[in-house]
Amino acid sequence: MRPFTYERAASAEAAVAAVASRPGARFIAGGTNLLDLMKFQIETPAHLVDIRHLPLRGIEDLPDGGLRIGALATNTEVAAHPRVKREYGVLARAIVAGATGQLRNKATTAGNLLQRNRCPYFYETSLPCNKRQPGSGCSALGGVTRSLAVVGTSPHCIAQNPGDMAVALRVLDATVETVRPDGSQRRIAIGDFHLLPGDRPEIEHPLAPGELVTAVTLPRPPGGTHRYHKVRDRASYAFAIVSVAVVLQEDGTGRVAFGGVAPRPWRVEDAEALLPSGPAAVVAAAFQGATPTAGNAFKIPLAERALALVLSEGRA
Amino acid sequence: MHFDTSAGRNPIDAQTIVGRPHRRIDGALKVTGTAPYAYERHDAVADPTYGWIVGASIARGRVTRIDAAAARAAPGVLAVLTTLEYDAAPPGFRTTLTLFGGAEVRHYHQAVALVVAGTFEEARAAAHLLRIDYDSEPARCDLAAEAPKSEPIADRDGPDYPVVDRIGDVEAALAAAPVTLDESYGTPDQTHAMMEPHATTAAWRDGKLTIWTSAQVVSWHRNSLAQALGLAKEDLRLEAPFIGGGFGSKLIMRSDALLAALGAKAVGRPCKVALQRPLIANNGTRRAGTIQRIRLGADRDGRLTAIAHHSVNGNLPGAFAEAAVAPTRLIYAAPNRDLSMRLATLDLAEGNDMRAPGEAPGLMALEIAMDEMAERLGIDPVAFRIRNDTQVDPRRPQRRFSERHLIECLELGADRFGWARRNPVPGSVSDGRWLVGMGVAAGFRQNLLMPSGARVRLEQDGRLSVETDMTDIGTGSYTILAQTAAEMMGVPIEAVTVRLGDSDYPEAAGSGGQFGANNATSGLYAACTTLRATVAARLGFDVEDVVFADGMVTAGRRSAPLLDAAKDGPLTAEDRITYGDLDKEFVQATFGAQFAEVAVDRFTGEMRVRRMLAVIDAGRVLNPLTARSQVIGAMTMGVGSALMEALVVDTRHGFFINHDLGGYEVPVHADIPHLDVVFLDHPDPVSSPMKAKGIGEIGLCGAAAAVANAVHNATGIRVRDYPITLDKLLDRLPRVA
Repeated sequence: MRPFTYERAASAEAAVAAVASRPGARFIAGGTNLLDLMKFQIETPAHLVDIRHLPLRGIEDLPDGGLRIGALATNTEVAAHPRVKREYGVLARAIVAGATGQLRNKATTAGNLLQRNRCPYFYETSLPCNKRQPGSGCSALGGVTRSLAVVGTSPHCIAQNPGDMAVALRVLDATVETVRPDGSQRRIAIGDFHLLPGDRPEIEHPLAPGELVTAVTLPRPPGGTHRYHKVRDRASYAFAIVSVAVVLQEDGTGRVAFGGVAPRPWRVEDAEALLPSGPAAVVAAAFQGATPTAGNAFKIPLAERALALVLSEGRA
Repeated sequence: MHFDTSAGRNPIDAQTIVGRPHRRIDGALKVTGTAPYAYERHDAVADPTYGWIVGASIARGRVTRIDAAAARAAPGVLAVLTTLEYDAAPPGFRTTLTLFGGAEVRHYHQAVALVVAGTFEEARAAAHLLRIDYDSEPARCDLAAEAPKSEPIADRDGPDYPVVDRIGDVEAALAAAPVTLDESYGTPDQTHAMMEPHATTAAWRDGKLTIWTSAQVVSWHRNSLAQALGLAKEDLRLEAPFIGGGFGSKLIMRSDALLAALGAKAVGRPCKVALQRPLIANNGTRRAGTIQRIRLGADRDGRLTAIAHHSVNGNLPGAFAEAAVAPTRLIYAAPNRDLSMRLATLDLAEGNDMRAPGEAPGLMALEIAMDEMAERLGIDPVAFRIRNDTQVDPRRPQRRFSERHLIECLELGADRFGWARRNPVPGSVSDGRWLVGMGVAAGFRQNLLMPSGARVRLEQDGRLSVETDMTDIGTGSYTILAQTAAEMMGVPIEAVTVRLGDSDYPEAAGSGGQFGANNATSGLYAACTTLRATVAARLGFDVEDVVFADGMVTAGRRSAPLLDAAKDGPLTAEDRITYGDLDKEFVQATFGAQFAEVAVDRFTGEMRVRRMLAVIDAGRVLNPLTARSQVIGAMTMGVGSALMEALVVDTRHGFFINHDLGGYEVPVHADIPHLDVVFLDHPDPVSSPMKAKGIGEIGLCGAAAAVANAVHNATGIRVRDYPITLDKLLDRLPRVA
């Protein structure tokens, strides 16, 4: 960990201004990911702007019937919210499938969306990594890849997005709200929020320096049956090998997104249109063009079987 | 006290305190966070400096240059010790490693520098400023690739066995057998993943060194560190009163102790060093992965006619073999036998002791093979094991087992577990989306005898003080020693104070190889026997007739308070237990039967253990409560071995990539259902005056194979390469579309 300076922001506007005006400044909220990365010197912010206490924690109804989740609402608070449990069940299920109770008490909604990847080579600072040191190369290629992405990757990076919550937000068509240093606000569709690595794997989201996530909004509840299944080697406290989020309607149509398989929550709308044809058709379409390694090719048949599982439960 | 004839009736047999389920007497310290651990000896060292270990980033080669200028100039840094500035330290006991010093790098994350600073954070930050150049050589790190170049090797801990241990004619017996098996099994490298990392606080004073450290055997660490520092043993004091787990990793002195001592010397202040968690897997020791080939032959009645077991593993040049064939020597009868091991060279962290070394990985393989063989024979796996029980050492049939009740373990376990409800047809039992199966495996682990000493003092207030350098690594040593002293001297357990882990105390067996409890309590038994004689003489009794009970000493009609013996001052007795040849005359071992019920998701292959039962035959159980904790902890480790634990090598760079507790998964609470443990009651008078045997490792032996066999019974899929992760099942699970 490098020495850094620290301030508590008085308001969202002040926080944005503070980060925008100082190169190397970062927001910090729950700190469950950033602090670890700072200890490894993978992240080396010179200045931290603490936003934990800002009034961005509420969860409120929207006039259109949707829900607005404050950026600082903790994972625990979101998963326990009555409307989330009742009307956005896939989100509640995804959140409680992640991390541990202690971490979910600290982790915030925006922080969770922005958590960095868990590729073992990202943490191996003695070896090259294009996310850590752009242009240095990808050590995961040719290495130990069992946990890594099979689709949406590039020759420069095969890290997977490790999140659970984000997979559910993707099937719920969530929108990320931000405020920019000039005071303007913008709304980013969740499908555009996590970027594919391409030849710039170090750029993981479209936020400008100093741009602050203020909320995540959910449209009107989609109805249907909500399922989230997370496949892992142990029963708790492990990242997904594969996860699948579905919202299934009675007519057999629905939405599907996969976690643990791609650099972002993996939802292919053309593929989910094949839901009435069954899981094999959906997965074949969703994973078209996949480039798995020998070490993680099993994720594709596993995704199909996990989807078959949630569909069988959904229809039961 | 020299123990060379079978124990007769003795004061322990009263079992008024020994053998009862006493809660651990150090429990309050643990749960209130006040038990002092090595890295947190604020009571002993007020103002320590902090060391941060820098590990090599190559697997094999030489350090050519270390530029420490920037690190030395960094804020708070007091010293930077580089390996090039020190002579290579001689390897300690039971290891071949140079922990620090010299240019040669033999494995990844070998310590090459120590940064010492005023705070932990300053040391850590400065460590990133070191610039280290290497001449790197290709690392040998793929066991399968190196196995063809392996060499035959003897068993470090079984020197009496020939390198190739042959009895009869295995090849002829296999050729003649109507039912045979010939399969290969793989067990992975494992790391101990104990809660407390290796950690040491060191302080020099007038040329003498004191370390507070995390050691399983105080004398081994003390001797190893004294040798590494060129220090007289008498000038090194070691304290290890509390240890946060070890599983064998702390049998061996590691770089934290050496570097804390060197760091403290360099800065002229106390220094503390913990192996950083991400360093442990590659800097510390590992359980070596194995490739085992097992061949079995049997007649149609299910009597084994041939057992051939060959194991190969890899290790650093000069290091040891994982003795995976050890249990096969003694667990089953078969007239024709062929057991051997080979060792390849691997430039990975040193393979060395981990809980039930030899037996654990050996039985992971053998007990699947036995399950497969039972299936081929069409015999129930419990019955098959019972049919092949032996009451003698197959190599030397005149050498009987002292006590061996494996059959009772299996029969009682089968009854308790509801084994009769198991469907022998694999893949035939469903519960909703889950495929459900049951598995069994036998457990075997030797009982090791080690000299062990203790001191006991009767204080003037009637209390007893026990002092020995025995350790408690979370196992309950404090409690069973208090029970032993209380039983011997006829006082309540609350009247006993136990002090452990100090090199100033009499040398004890220490904790390892499941030899701690039996030997350490026997050493205290010896000391108490001496104290009883002293007390009897003081009170004018004949020690042969005397009974110590309820704070009174009684012979016939005469009785006197125990504390009267100390009215002129405390009475102290010190003795040690040593052993004759009873272990040559009799095989001494512990036994177990493990049963598991496992559910496998027919869609995803996810495996969940539903229940387990272990029936254990380990002599007298000194404390059923702490013993049960030992066994359920071991069963939990068995679940990890079966389903998830594996260090994974990046063969390009020669190191274990998943070297932290995020990447190396061990079971969490949600993975562990109700675990049931039953102890048989067969005190073993050949083992020691306590008639106890080891219990810390037998609970692991066979546990993983029971889970593996249950997965097979659930699914019909036989996985012979641990851990059994779902990707190994997927392509053979039922279609689900």
